[in-house]
Amino acid sequence: MYREVILDHYKNPRGHGVIEDADAEAEGFNPLCGDEVSIYVSFAEDGETIDDVKFSGRGCAISQAATSMLVDMAKGRKAHELADMPKDDLLEEIGIPLTPIRLKCALLGLGVLKIALHRAKGTPLPQEWAGLDELELK
Amino acid sequence: MAVTETRKLDAQKLRVDFPIFEQQIHGKPLAYLDSAVTTHKPRAVLDKLREFYETSYANVHRGVYTLSERATAEYEGAREKAAALINAPSARDVVFVRGATEGLNLVAYAWGLDNLGPGDAVLVTELEHHSNFVPWQYIAKRTGADFLVLPLDDSGELRIDLLDEVAGDARVKVVGNNLVSNALGTVNPIEKLSAWAHDRRAIMVVDAAQAAPHRAIDVQALDCDFLAFSSHKMCGPTSVGALWGRGELLERMAPFNLGGHMIRAVKVEGTTWGEVPAKFEAGTQPIAEAVGFGAAIDYISEIGLGAIEQHEHELVSYALERLAELPWVKTYGPPADRRAGIISFNVDDIHPHDVAQILDGEGVAIRAGHHCCQPLMAKLGVAATNRASFYLYTVPEEIDRLVDGLHKVRKILS
Repeated sequence: MYREVILDHYKNPRGHGVIEDADAEAEGFNPLCGDEVSIYVSFAEDGETIDDVKFSGRGCAISQAATSMLVDMAKGRKAHELADMPKDDLLEEIGIPLTPIRLKCALLGLGVLKIALHRAKGTPLPQEWAGLDELELK
Repeated sequence: MAVTETRKLDAQKLRVDFPIFEQQIHGKPLAYLDSAVTTHKPRAVLDKLREFYETSYANVHRGVYTLSERATAEYEGAREKAAALINAPSARDVVFVRGATEGLNLVAYAWGLDNLGPGDAVLVTELEHHSNFVPWQYIAKRTGADFLVLPLDDSGELRIDLLDEVAGDARVKVVGNNLVSNALGTVNPIEKLSAWAHDRRAIMVVDAAQAAPHRAIDVQALDCDFLAFSSHKMCGPTSVGALWGRGELLERMAPFNLGGHMIRAVKVEGTTWGEVPAKFEAGTQPIAEAVGFGAAIDYISEIGLGAIEQHEHELVSYALERLAELPWVKTYGPPADRRAGIISFNVDDIHPHDVAQILDGEGVAIRAGHHCCQPLMAKLGVAATNRASFYLYTVPEEIDRLVDGLHKVRKILS
């Protein structure tokens, strides 16, 4: 489960930090295990392309590594593309079988990012996130 | 002077009674170090359930036929066993409930709604499981009573010295505490809290879910007013437990659940309640589970609660010693002589879920999370901890395997 790429992202998270005056931000919490993730996004001049993403928070290796991987995936893409991105894209990147409990850890960051984009750009929120209702996405 | 001979317990031998240990987890023998959340079941209990269903099962207190009489005798026999376990003066003051949680809710609702109001206060502690915290917080809010919380010191023991200060001028009507903390293993001084509560004419409500399986309990010596415990934490089936209450309080209380069996006469104009304990046992009860609970009480009583306590004390002392060898492990809670067989700890700043996941790969089962004690976690300044907890079937080799597993955790994640 703790394969090399996960451990690498866990120990050297990409984009860990805070963007002051971010164009979009949101935070989320997994009450089950106390994972916390806040995500900050800044857009390029076209107002659509994601120029930078950072995240802060604390939690288990899966939640933090998955959010770090998401940062790598998000940079340079358009807001609506990410809003439409199925969760399986991230899960494929993570590439390990996850139990239902750990699935929530893995998808916390993606949920928070979608909320942030929804707030800033009005992109639609996914309806089909079955099993994630225990996450508190703010 | 009376000397009680405590027979030493042979955990290795007792393990044979538990079919769960016959399997391997990820190719390794199961080291089950999560008995604080629930315990495994010995054959004596499993056989009793099967035998009861196959030979004596019917609804209780209903039929006049032989089977119903047999079932009733078994069910009421289990009540006697639960009463004897806690030295209750009378078995009629023992109510079967779904578990300690339901027992504590029963008191909070049935006693609290009629006896609390503005100007009154409920006092619980920072060490409570949510089951003796949230119902009181909720009922206090519903009735306009204040909700007070006694803090802990840094080693996880109650600041009994602050009782008067926390209570201030409030009219404290209820004091709630667990006899043993499920998160830290702290053994709490219930006698002192009872004396303080009774000085203020408050009732003392004890959550014994984490105590009853592991040490002898005497409700008369504790001098409490209510005490609740769960079958599944003491080798018995799930979905049943017992609430003991002082007879005169149970008599005066309104019912909790309403329906069949708990009534005396039902008319369109109104209904009168049955006698205690029937008044609190509406509907068909977990009959076979209660009978299995009785078999579990027999099983642990035969081993001896004193022997179980001593065994767990040896295990917790050994585990604390072994964990103290690891400078990157932080343990929480009091020293071994004031704690039951429970250790909460953290490994570096590695999240407990990761620790527990890697240990699972080694066949070692521990709990990771907030242990239904979020106020306590806030006090400790952590989101979660790992928790290893022991029972009569735990052997020291399992603690060694835990320690080996922690080395592996650190190798992978630090």
